[in-house]
Amino acid sequence: MSKERYTEEHEWVRAENDICTVGISVYAQEQLGDVVYVELPEVGRQLQKGKEMAVVESVKAASEVYAPVSGEVVEVNGALTGDPATVNRDAMGEGWFVKIRMSNPAELDQLMDADAYKTYVEGLS
Amino acid sequence: MNTDPITGTFSGNRGLQIEEPLIFEQDRPGRTGVDLPEPPDVQDRLGGLKRQGPIGLPGLSEPQVVRHFTRLSQKNYAIDMGLYPLGSCTMKHNPRLNEKLARLPGLADLHPLQPMSTVQGALELIDALAHWLKTLTGMPAVAMSPAAGAHGELCGVMAIRAALEDRGESRKRILVPESAHGTNPATAAACGYTVDPIPANERGRVDLAVFKEKLGDDVAGIMLTNPNTCGLFENDVLEIAEAIHAVGGYFYADGANFNAIVGRVRPGDLGVDCMHINLHKTFSTPHGGGGPGSGPVVLSEALAPYAPLPYVVHGPDGFRLVERDDDPAATGKAFGRLKGFHGQMGMFIRALAYMMSHGADGLRQASSDAVLNANYLLASLKDDLSPAFEGPCMHEVLFDDDFLKDTGVSTLDFAKAMIDEGFHPMTMYFPLVVHGALLMEPTETESKESLDGFIEVLKGLARRAKAKDTAFFHGAPRLTPRRRLDETTAARKPVLRWRPPESQEQAAE
Amino acid sequence: MRYLPLTDEDRRAMLARIGVPSVDSLFRDVPERARLAAPLDLPNHQGEMEVERQIAAMAAKNLGTGRAPAFLGAGAYRHHVPAAVDHLIQRGELLTSYTPYQPEVSQGTLQYLFEFQTQVALITEMDVANASMYDGATATAEAVMMANRVTRRGRAVLSGGLHPHYRDVTRTHARFLGFEIATPPPDVRGEEDLAGMIDDNTSCVVVQNPSVFGHIRDLSKLAEACHAAGALLVVVVTEVVSLGALTPPGAMGADIVAAEGQSIGNALNFGGPYVGLFATRDKYVRQMPGRLAGETVDADGRRGWVLTLSTREQHIRREKATSNICTNSGLCALAFTIHMSLLGEAGFTRLAALNHANAVRLADRLAALPGVEVINDSFFNEFTVRLPREAAGVVDALAERGILGGVPVSRLYPDEADLAPLLLVAVTETNSDADMDALVGALKEVLQ
Repeated sequence: MSKERYTEEHEWVRAENDICTVGISVYAQEQLGDVVYVELPEVGRQLQKGKEMAVVESVKAASEVYAPVSGEVVEVNGALTGDPATVNRDAMGEGWFVKIRMSNPAELDQLMDADAYKTYVEGLS
Repeated sequence: MNTDPITGTFSGNRGLQIEEPLIFEQDRPGRTGVDLPEPPDVQDRLGGLKRQGPIGLPGLSEPQVVRHFTRLSQKNYAIDMGLYPLGSCTMKHNPRLNEKLARLPGLADLHPLQPMSTVQGALELIDALAHWLKTLTGMPAVAMSPAAGAHGELCGVMAIRAALEDRGESRKRILVPESAHGTNPATAAACGYTVDPIPANERGRVDLAVFKEKLGDDVAGIMLTNPNTCGLFENDVLEIAEAIHAVGGYFYADGANFNAIVGRVRPGDLGVDCMHINLHKTFSTPHGGGGPGSGPVVLSEALAPYAPLPYVVHGPDGFRLVERDDDPAATGKAFGRLKGFHGQMGMFIRALAYMMSHGADGLRQASSDAVLNANYLLASLKDDLSPAFEGPCMHEVLFDDDFLKDTGVSTLDFAKAMIDEGFHPMTMYFPLVVHGALLMEPTETESKESLDGFIEVLKGLARRAKAKDTAFFHGAPRLTPRRRLDETTAARKPVLRWRPPESQEQAAE
Repeated sequence: MRYLPLTDEDRRAMLARIGVPSVDSLFRDVPERARLAAPLDLPNHQGEMEVERQIAAMAAKNLGTGRAPAFLGAGAYRHHVPAAVDHLIQRGELLTSYTPYQPEVSQGTLQYLFEFQTQVALITEMDVANASMYDGATATAEAVMMANRVTRRGRAVLSGGLHPHYRDVTRTHARFLGFEIATPPPDVRGEEDLAGMIDDNTSCVVVQNPSVFGHIRDLSKLAEACHAAGALLVVVVTEVVSLGALTPPGAMGADIVAAEGQSIGNALNFGGPYVGLFATRDKYVRQMPGRLAGETVDADGRRGWVLTLSTREQHIRREKATSNICTNSGLCALAFTIHMSLLGEAGFTRLAALNHANAVRLADRLAALPGVEVINDSFFNEFTVRLPREAAGVVDALAERGILGGVPVSRLYPDEADLAPLLLVAVTETNSDADMDALVGALKEVLQ
């Protein structure tokens, strides 16, 4: 049973056992506009919760993407290099950024669930 | 022969708008636009590294080259054509006298490393400009070498850091208002500082309370633009200066908006420790499609010893360039060198010619007229557009996109519609502290007639937007050499140079 | 006042609309004690005639290279710029336009920048170039900072043949950004072994070719050594005309090229404004500082250009920008583009050949003078001469005779006493036989 969580920086996390997949939310890609480039970390890199993990560039902005949890990068979505528009088209699915082997799965509990995130986003507009 | 589907003409040209291919697409091998003598026959001494194979540069004759760049020039908007209201850019008229004097023999043909006895007049000129800058700003010293505004910012922040290190302190933070130009935080980071942003208050000025809270003995300084990028004078500037000095920090001023106060206020009287001046803004040197600029930095007594090398000094034997820190005339504390040679001499000549032309009285009149023009725009447009802050403003006026609410027309769309009306849009989406910003700086070289024409057009467009004619705005501009360009594809699949057709095919395979 | 269009009547009408009695009321936010009451101690306005008279008087005190046989190089070169260049860059649409942020009304600027970028990539034989930087020295410092970013290392090796100004600008950045630079001694003979200085923490080796002393070297082996150690090779070119005669840096394995473009299209101007060239490989393009013009299409499907990859720049990334740079060298880059367009392949290669041939002829004549040694085996249009006395004194004596005889090495290396007898002599297509006769004759006299 996978757990889906969100951060205040608009990253989503889906966890299955000790591996989680991370991307940016539909709201985030809307705010950015057309994504033109994604800079992903190398496989094997150690991430710390809350620290910069990737960069997503649109025509008008470049935003940091922060690691929602700590752990090791086990896979990155190479397809984004050739087709960054995937992030706009399918932010929650094909537009995923990295997969992390979590060092502390309990960190997930500090994040918002889907309903809480929905309320959070409504509060922003 | 078929007509072009877009222009309806056979040629694809539209009257005076003439299509012009790249120079690479006009190549004829062997053709040239320069006649050079046959090189004498010598045994080469190129170390066995003589070029093998062609470079790939196209061959054109002089008539073709002249026509090429003339046609390109006709696709550009420029100050010479009309009002260019870019906020904080000070797009004022570029006097032609400046161009003539910068090209004088005896100035344009001087090599930077000639013996100093052969360039006394040039050093005198730099010294004269330095004197004007110091007098206008009320500061005792000036570093002339930075090549542009951002380079001047680097100079100022490096001087601050050098001064602190000299005191044995290594402070880590620099305070920067959120309304600041992007170069400010970029500069602070380039000098190894972390940037701590200060929000604006509801009056568009630095939030003094938050500023004071953020003060500490780890703060190296503040980078303040005054008037700020909202076009407003920071009323609390004296208190800010006092506060930053009280914790042992320094006050860097971004001088981009000096045009509002030149001749009326001296930054030295505001407690400033260093300020860069954009000669290409306040002092009329031409923008040239993006450069070159020149960013001399005036310095307080506290920071003067750290000024970068080289600089001009005046002694009993005439003028000299101090190029080494152990020179008898040097302080021994220069933080280093920022640029090859001495600075943007070509821009110094132009700026000095401008200053001498205006004089003290003309410069004061210029800043007065600049502020008057901006306030005239505010007063005339405040009912149709939405001013971001209550007036008066200084030399530029800031609106937000409130007046476009629920119209479906964005700031960008509004700006694109201005283009068809024969105006360059104002600065958009900057500063970041208001939503959908529109920042207009008319400058003092606009006549009242010019402003009145501009005002009428903006009123018309605002009313059209409020009438929700969104399709009109979304399709703008229609009358320009090119319509809206696809910036997304340009960034996703960058094509940053021309390549010959065969290699394009190869790349596609 | 000729530049101020508002009349007093205008001002009155405008104040009335604004609703204030005077312009002074608009300055109400300025603290009282900061308002200047009296005019500043500077002259009042003057007409064109008076301004011209004063500035021309300053110009008359200088000995310009247009009036004297001149053999000065060391990073700035006197070349003949065709008359069309200066006319074209003074067209108002080019001179008084701004950064092309609104591409629909800036296709002129964007197209010439795209052409400029292509020309720079072609002559350096690199993949991609930016739309110019302030000058060669700052371009070099930016190249080192880029190499640091790309390799995530913090040590740069700067050749002893690198122009000292370029070295010093890089050193300034190193001091404040906290990275290291290794600076071997001046490489007068062109023999240094840089490969031996590369370690695990080296991000790049920076080498100038031809070097500041004029030597030309094949950098392929050095490139290999860099790459084997995971470092980048940065090649600096201060005399861009040399690229018309020499194997380009890209063909020798350079990763970044930082160059001074002043020689093409731009007058000496006592040191500025100049134009920095910056080129690299495709794989590093997103780490490249400066502006970039990119090709695209408009809403009608027609080809056009825009500024692109801007998100690396300060106005968007702010403190995370690749550099703090805002301006490029606009008009100087345009002058370069126009001059290069006039030259074309045939003209550029011939110009380079002429420069080299003139330099060879003068070198031979100087070598024949008693007590004078030409140090270089290889050179393009500039070489190092050893004189029997301190070069600075000789150059001053030549200047008294109305000849600008070269740059004493001591001007660039004031702390190296053993370099004091060395003189850098540059020869271009502008030096006639009469110029060379004058120099040789005067030098003979001065050295007696």
